Amino acid sequence: MNEGLLSELKKQGIFVTSLQELYNWGRLNSIWPLQFGLACCAIEMIATAASRYDLARFGGEVFRPSPRQADLIIVAGTVTKKMAPQVVRLYNQMPDPKYVIAMGACAISGGPFKQGYNVLKGIDRYIPVDVYIPGCPPRPEALLHAFMELQRKIEEQRLTGAGKADHLEASLPSEFPVPAFGEHDLQPPANPALFRPPAVERN
Amino acid sequence: MESLERIKARAEEAVPGATIKIIPNASPANQPSLLIDSDHTLAVVQFLRNDAALRLDFCSNVTGVDWLDRTVTTKVKVKTLIDGEEKEIEQPQVENFPGYLETVYHLYSIALKHGPVVIRLRTADRADGVHLPSLTPVYRSAEFQEREIFDLYGIRFHGHPDLRRILMWDEFVDHPMRKDYREPDDYEYEPTPHDEVLERAKEHYAARPQLDGAENLAADEHG
Repeated sequence: MNEGLLSELKKQGIFVTSLQELYNWGRLNSIWPLQFGLACCAIEMIATAASRYDLARFGGEVFRPSPRQADLIIVAGTVTKKMAPQVVRLYNQMPDPKYVIAMGACAISGGPFKQGYNVLKGIDRYIPVDVYIPGCPPRPEALLHAFMELQRKIEEQRLTGAGKADHLEASLPSEFPVPAFGEHDLQPPANPALFRPPAVERN
Repeated sequence: MESLERIKARAEEAVPGATIKIIPNASPANQPSLLIDSDHTLAVVQFLRNDAALRLDFCSNVTGVDWLDRTVTTKVKVKTLIDGEEKEIEQPQVENFPGYLETVYHLYSIALKHGPVVIRLRTADRADGVHLPSLTPVYRSAEFQEREIFDLYGIRFHGHPDLRRILMWDEFVDHPMRKDYREPDDYEYEPTPHDEVLERAKEHYAARPQLDGAENLAADEHG
């Protein structure tokens, strides 16, 4: 249905929508994040949820203490190699549809601790990330921005046909292998199905 | 608090057979320390804690140090005969010091409000002889810190009630704070590498395609 007709109908008091729009509108205004923080970014996340920045204005107020009830995991802080399997396990325990925000430099790439022996160099090595927020730590405004970006992403997800949302695609996995503790590093060091770093070509 | 020399003399008197050495500190901190031999450590430390004038009842800090094998070259003046004439010349003298692991304890007295007395324990070497007595039976506060040193440096503390890794996972076999530790290679993607990281990242760089000039011709054709 074209936009002009929709707008004309609306003026006459008739609201027309599609099931997909209605469904996505409901989902994007009620994203329940997992109550889960790892380092200093978690403090910014708490500030975002509290009264001054108030994530509730965008429908994200209900931080759930259980992954079974959460739609979104905000990876807020440094993921150590010892913690990484637990983060992947929490992600696996979340019901579909589920989304991931990598908050801050550490969750994206290891950040200032990238060369450390104990720090995972980005959570995208094991779970798919929807929105990355740079910053060390990002300010609450940045987290709100990421949250709104995620809402935009959800709004555009299709329910049927080619190119429908990943969680509706039965052939795509919704759980990812949990890395094991190896003798020198996590095994495997990255999930090759997910993590495809760009080939660096230099002289 | 009495001087370190006096503490050393009294401790050696109280614990027969103990050898204690004063390690000077040339840095601005000027905080010399006591090196205690491993066989008499517990007796000496118990003396430091129980002695009425010292009463070092609090161990605030335990640190590990890794000393690699090192070679020190010093110049020594030697008198030799050159052309029938006695002359003083400088000769390099090379000394080899084998490496060892070390723990440093900072002891304070809360009762008498003085401290710290710094004590050191040294292992025989960096390979098989990495054994030291644990001070946890005397100072409970050393328990977690000795576990951390065991985890990161690999010193085995005898007499420790629960010597397990505390930071790294149990399956881990390395000791990351040792100076010869090499971290696992996950340098496959480094956007802006430099120094050591650059050297290691280079191992992952894709090989440049061999160019024969044909690609320039193709570019010319397309304008």
